[in-house]
Amino acid sequence: MRRSTEPLWWLLFAIGGAVAAVLMPVHILLGGVGLAAGWTRDAFAYDRILALASHPLGRLYLFVLIALSLLHWAHRFRYTLAEGLHLKASWLPVEVGTYGTAVVGVALAALALIRL
Amino acid sequence: MGETMIPYRRPVRFAWWWGRRAYTLFVVRELTSVFVGAYAVLLLLLVRRLGQGREAYDAYLHFLTTPQMTIFHLVALAGALYHSVTWFALAPKAMAVRVGERRIPEPVITAAAYAVWVVASVGVAWIVLRG
Repeated sequence: MRRSTEPLWWLLFAIGGAVAAVLMPVHILLGGVGLAAGWTRDAFAYDRILALASHPLGRLYLFVLIALSLLHWAHRFRYTLAEGLHLKASWLPVEVGTYGTAVVGVALAALALIRL
Repeated sequence: MGETMIPYRRPVRFAWWWGRRAYTLFVVRELTSVFVGAYAVLLLLLVRRLGQGREAYDAYLHFLTTPQMTIFHLVALAGALYHSVTWFALAPKAMAVRVGERRIPEPVITAAAYAVWVVASVGVAWIVLRG
């Protein structure tokens, strides 16, 4: 990735970090821990979640949440890998493995949400 | 004289982040992004299964409630909470908000971030549970 794209990735990392900080815990609580404990099982019935997720605002919300969370991960994990394993952050396999994975995920999320 | 100068590089231990509390906490903070990313993938899969119909969706919910996934969710929740707390602690340092000449004190910005967090969480819970 050329140097000039760095501010863009950083910006997406920062916005994604804020979005994840505000929204991720409640999602994991409701759709993970709560579901296993049985507190949210009725709320997660197929028809209800389909109606919520396929609403235009629901689609937009899920896209923003998924896409920005993935892009936040990519940028931060790129540097974690580089520092933790003594690799160069600008080494192509590191960049492709992080930004590439996130971009594929963003595209898949867009596709899945359009098809819903 | 005339020899090439080789800059001295202080050797860095491979696992430099292990053994010192501050370093280890720093790496833990950086690794919270793995849980944020992993849960985004689970949400993506939820949307895909939802699109594939009732049977695929119900099978996915069954997978989400297996003991292994419950352990994952508990660890991911702890990771996500740690991300939130560390993010809100850093937010006022990353962005200096000024009103006129006066800089808004850091604790005020952090308190505002916590308020947004609480309101958004209650809002999401309300929509998912009652919407």
